[in-house]
Amino acid sequence: MDIRERIAKRVTRELKDGDYVNLGIGLPTLVASHVPPGIQITLHSENGMLGVGPYPLESEVDPDLINAGKETITETPGCSYFSSADSFAMVRGGHIDLTVLGALQVDEQGNLANWTIPGKMLKGMGGAMDLVAGAKRVIIAMEHTTRDGGHKIVKHCTLPVTGLRVVNMIVTEMAVIDVTDAGLVLREVAADSGVEAVRAATGAELVVPAHVGTFS
Amino acid sequence: MNKVLASAEAAVERIPDGATILMGGFGLCGIPENLIQALHARGTKNLTVISNNAGVDDFGIGILLKARQVTKMISTYVGENKEFERQVLAGQLEVELVPQGTFSERIRAAGAGIGGFFTPTGYGTLVSEGKETRVLDGRPQVLELPLRGDFAFVRAWKGDRVGNLVYRRTARNFNPIMATAAAVTFAEVEHLVAPGQIDPDHVVTPGIFVTHVVQGVRYEKRIERRILREDDPRAGVQRTE
Repeated sequence: MDIRERIAKRVTRELKDGDYVNLGIGLPTLVASHVPPGIQITLHSENGMLGVGPYPLESEVDPDLINAGKETITETPGCSYFSSADSFAMVRGGHIDLTVLGALQVDEQGNLANWTIPGKMLKGMGGAMDLVAGAKRVIIAMEHTTRDGGHKIVKHCTLPVTGLRVVNMIVTEMAVIDVTDAGLVLREVAADSGVEAVRAATGAELVVPAHVGTFS
Repeated sequence: MNKVLASAEAAVERIPDGATILMGGFGLCGIPENLIQALHARGTKNLTVISNNAGVDDFGIGILLKARQVTKMISTYVGENKEFERQVLAGQLEVELVPQGTFSERIRAAGAGIGGFFTPTGYGTLVSEGKETRVLDGRPQVLELPLRGDFAFVRAWKGDRVGNLVYRRTARNFNPIMATAAAVTFAEVEHLVAPGQIDPDHVVTPGIFVTHVVQGVRYEKRIERRILREDDPRAGVQRTE
C-alpha cells in the first residue's frame, strides 16, 4: 500500500461513529475514502458545508459546489450549507470533534508549524489556525520525515507556528505518537519499521512504553 | 422601492480610486464575476481588496492584480496566484494574511456593530504580534478588530428588487457577511425575481443590507480543481490546474 494510504487508513481507526470531522487539504483528504463500515462521520468543509460527499461523476459536476481545497464534490443526504461566519463558529466554538491536518513541523509540546516557510512559501494560513484552536481533537497525518530525510518531529518548532500546544496525536507511515504532558509517547510502530528506526527518524525525545503496538 | 441598477458598469462607476472593497467568494466559487470584470474595464486604481483568496492569474481578482489596480489585499489564503506572489515579493503589493475564522468574524463584527472581540485563534503566532492579549475562560486570547469596506461586491443565486438574497450551495461562503459590512453593498444576482417570489423563510440576506442589485449577464463559473470519482469509466481522476 502507498504510504499515504497507510497513514490515512490508520487515522480512520481514531474515528468514532457520529463524529463531525474536518479534513485538511492533501493527505488528510484521503481519510474520507477509508472510513470503516459501521462508522458514520459527517465531513465539515470550512467554506460552508456539513455532509460533504464523494467527488462527482462528470455529469454531477457543479461549479457552485466545492470543498475547502477548491475541489469539485457532491452532497450527501442531510447535508447543509451556511456562511463562513457560521462555519467558523462551528470550528472555534468546539463543535468539531476532530480535525486531521498536515504539518511541516510538530514539536514535543504539541506545537504545530504548517503554514509558512519565511522567504520561500507565501500562501497564507487559511483556516488552519482556527481549526487547531477550536477542534476538540487535532491529529497530524504526515510523512515522518522530509523528502531528504530531515526531521519533521522536532524538539522545538523553528518555523512560524500555527498554534501552541494544539496537537493530540501524530500518525506517520512509521509510527503513531500521542502528545502528552509527559512528552511524545510512542503508541504503535508500523509492521515494516521498528522502535530504533522511528527514534532515528525523530528529532525529539520519544517516550517508549513497555508495550508498543503495531499497525500496517 | 427599486434597488436595481442597469448594469455592473453602472455600479462600479460609483467607486473612486483608493476605495476599500469586500469581495465575496471562496476560491473562484461564488465570486462576483460581473462586478469584478466591470471594475477591471473601468480601471479604478489603488484599491484595497478584502477577499478570502486572490483569484487565479487570469480570472477573478487575478485580473485586477494583473492590471495593477490593487495596492493592498487582506486575505486568508493566496497560494493559487503566481502574479500575486510576484508583486508581493517585488514590494508592489501589500498583503495582510488573516486566519479564516478571524477574517470572517472581523467582517461579521463590522456589520453587527461590534467594536472588537477576543479569540484564541492565532495566540502565540505571528498573527498575535503587537496585539492586546488577555486570558479569558482560562485561555490566552487575542483582541481582533472589525474589518469593513467602503463597498462590498457579493454574488447571490437569486435576488429581488428590494435586495433580498438567496445563495446556492457553497457559493454562499463569505457573501452574506460581506453584504453587512460595507457602506455600500452591490449584489450581483444570477436570477432577478419580483418581490414575493422568494419565500421569506428562505431569505438569507435581508434587503436592508443591500444598497443596489445588479443582474449578472455572463457567468463563466470557472472550476479550479475539477476532480472526478474514479468509478466514472469516462475519466478516472483528472485535474485541470
